[in-house]
Amino acid sequence: MKKIIAAAVVAAASFGLVSAASAGTLDNVKAKGQVVCGANPGTAGFGVPDQKGNWTGLDVDYCRAIAAAIFNDPTKVKFVPLSSKDRFTALASGEVDVLIRNSTWTMSRETTLGVIWAGVNFFDGQGFMVNKKLNVKSAKELAGATICVQQGTTTELNLADFFRSNKMEYKVVTLGTSEEALKAFDTGRCDAYTTDRSGLAADRLSMSKPDDNVILPEIISKEPLGPLVRQGDDQWLNLVKWVHFALLTAEEDGITSKNVDEKLKSDDPELKRVLGTEGKFGESLGLSNAWVVQIVKGVGNYEEIFERNVGPNTPIQLARASNALWSKGGLQYAPPIR
Amino acid sequence: MSVVNGGRPSEAKVVFYNDPRIRSLFFQLVLLALIVALFWFAYDNTVANLKKRNIAQGFGFWNVEAGFDISQTLISYSAASSYGRAFWVGLLNTLLVSGVSIVLATFLGVLIGILRLSKNWLIAKLATVYVEIFRNVPLLLILYFWYRGVLGLLPEPRNSIIFPGHILLNTRGLLMPRPVLGDDFTYPFIAFVLMVLIAIGLSVRAKRVQERTGMRPKTGWLSFGLIVLVPSVIFILLGAPLSFDIPVQGRFNASGGMSLAPEFVSMVIGLTTYTAAFIAENVRAGILAISKGQTEAAQSLGLSHAQTIRLVIMPQALRVIVPLLNSEYLSLTKNSSLGVSIGYPDLVSVFTGTVLNQTGQAVEMVSVTMLVYLTLSLLTSGFMNWFNRRVALVER
Repeated sequence: MKKIIAAAVVAAASFGLVSAASAGTLDNVKAKGQVVCGANPGTAGFGVPDQKGNWTGLDVDYCRAIAAAIFNDPTKVKFVPLSSKDRFTALASGEVDVLIRNSTWTMSRETTLGVIWAGVNFFDGQGFMVNKKLNVKSAKELAGATICVQQGTTTELNLADFFRSNKMEYKVVTLGTSEEALKAFDTGRCDAYTTDRSGLAADRLSMSKPDDNVILPEIISKEPLGPLVRQGDDQWLNLVKWVHFALLTAEEDGITSKNVDEKLKSDDPELKRVLGTEGKFGESLGLSNAWVVQIVKGVGNYEEIFERNVGPNTPIQLARASNALWSKGGLQYAPPIR
Repeated sequence: MSVVNGGRPSEAKVVFYNDPRIRSLFFQLVLLALIVALFWFAYDNTVANLKKRNIAQGFGFWNVEAGFDISQTLISYSAASSYGRAFWVGLLNTLLVSGVSIVLATFLGVLIGILRLSKNWLIAKLATVYVEIFRNVPLLLILYFWYRGVLGLLPEPRNSIIFPGHILLNTRGLLMPRPVLGDDFTYPFIAFVLMVLIAIGLSVRAKRVQERTGMRPKTGWLSFGLIVLVPSVIFILLGAPLSFDIPVQGRFNASGGMSLAPEFVSMVIGLTTYTAAFIAENVRAGILAISKGQTEAAQSLGLSHAQTIRLVIMPQALRVIVPLLNSEYLSLTKNSSLGVSIGYPDLVSVFTGTVLNQTGQAVEMVSVTMLVYLTLSLLTSGFMNWFNRRVALVER
């Protein structure tokens, strides 16, 4: 797969085929009739297809939200499953329109890969999972341990940093995909498995005996995860960015998929702006003015997406924590729609 | 003109553009120019497009700190080493796993190829079953089989299987005492090399004597004594300058000693068993290509079955086998790039995998990696062609 993509990049870059993809992504998407999203093929709660091929997850719903904003139909999406190390190449080469695949926003990625983040839809941090039998209570006790890690992520670098800065020895086993890394941990090849804590919660469930394993308390890195697009197309960047802000604003204003029709009748000036009965905010993005209505009807607001996919009532059981709205002590904050 | 035409009287002058030689030269130059222009266009366009897309390019990353660790390193490497260093670590790991597997696959393949032609029905059928299974199952599945199915079933480190001599076997691999050489160890080693050279000399002389008189002087025991006893005596006289670093069970893994990681072992077993099936077929083809008359002639001279194969059949069969082996070796080396799926840090895993992802420079990484495999393949081919000329039928 990676070879095919790399070859495609070389071929496409060589003959200038990509140039069409970098400008006017929105026009391309409208012409295609669907949004093509780079997706995570196997992280429950964020992106995973079920047996029937229906995708579910927080990142997946973000892709649907974009489709709802453009087409008023959240099903006009196509998911391209990508491994960690293929994802940026796939975006840069124009294979996908937007990459929403729990990708960490870092400086070097934004300055050298030709991509740009549109926001943070999940604040995360890297952690460790170990077998309870080892009786390890803290990551600081992992000196001398063997650690399984997936290739091609910031995880590999944080892992090396953590052990270097704590002056501890360790052995690393680097595998191609998260499934392979988890499998190696599950069969006892490693003492610990490391990835983002959201991923740990999801991965633990797919192990042969989830209850035998425990996630250690330490968070060893900042992992702001979010959707990203190619550089050089500000219209498309704005669209993806404001779909994210619209989801947050909807939660803040109490607009849900159930009460959106009622809210449309409201005289509140903020609600009128957000729901498009006043102003031309949607049009300025190249969309209909009812764009937020379409998004919320299609997938709900940020809270609904969170609760549905990773919240306390799902098997993943993540608390809002840093991902609560700023007004509730979290980090999620949207600039005003005005 | 007249000379070219074989000294015949010069023919009627043709206009230069009707001269077939000038024409063919002209069109070849045009073709060459087109190809060069195409490559230049591709290169220039790539650079321009990458620049437009704000994607970093060039080899500036080579000396930048890599920041990640690698599980198996033949040269010293840490997270503080450079990307360039990581490249060499990956390349050496590829060479190691390919080299070891090529040697083992050759032995196993030749053995199975010969067994497949055995007169013993059971042995021949078992060899056939082996070939059919390993040749028809995808290599990736064979690697998973050995890594997860076989080596994954070993006990965890706390319940290691312990062999005499401080050897531990568990899911983390095979841990053995690591010999620590003393300063004086050089002397027995030099003695060993010298004695091997002397033994080779003895064997060469024995061969000459055999060619002259038909009788081969017995050199086996003498050579054995020289190679084993002389260095041993020197070693003991120097007070045995050798100690062992023994693996000690720690909280997680045993530390100290040396270990064979399951990733490496799975790669070697997987590549060996898979490629051996193909080599076995090549060997069988080579042997069957030798006419039955050769076997009958050898038997009528009183040679045993083993001697017939070793002295008569194989030297001739090699001429058929060697060119075929060449392509098996090339496939094996290229197949080693599947290592990442079972965690073996080969060139593709380290360089085209992790380094590519950290730097995002796909064009540079893929080009360098392709160049490396091309070079390895050409070197292997070059060696095999040389070897092929050596084993070719010597006309007397």
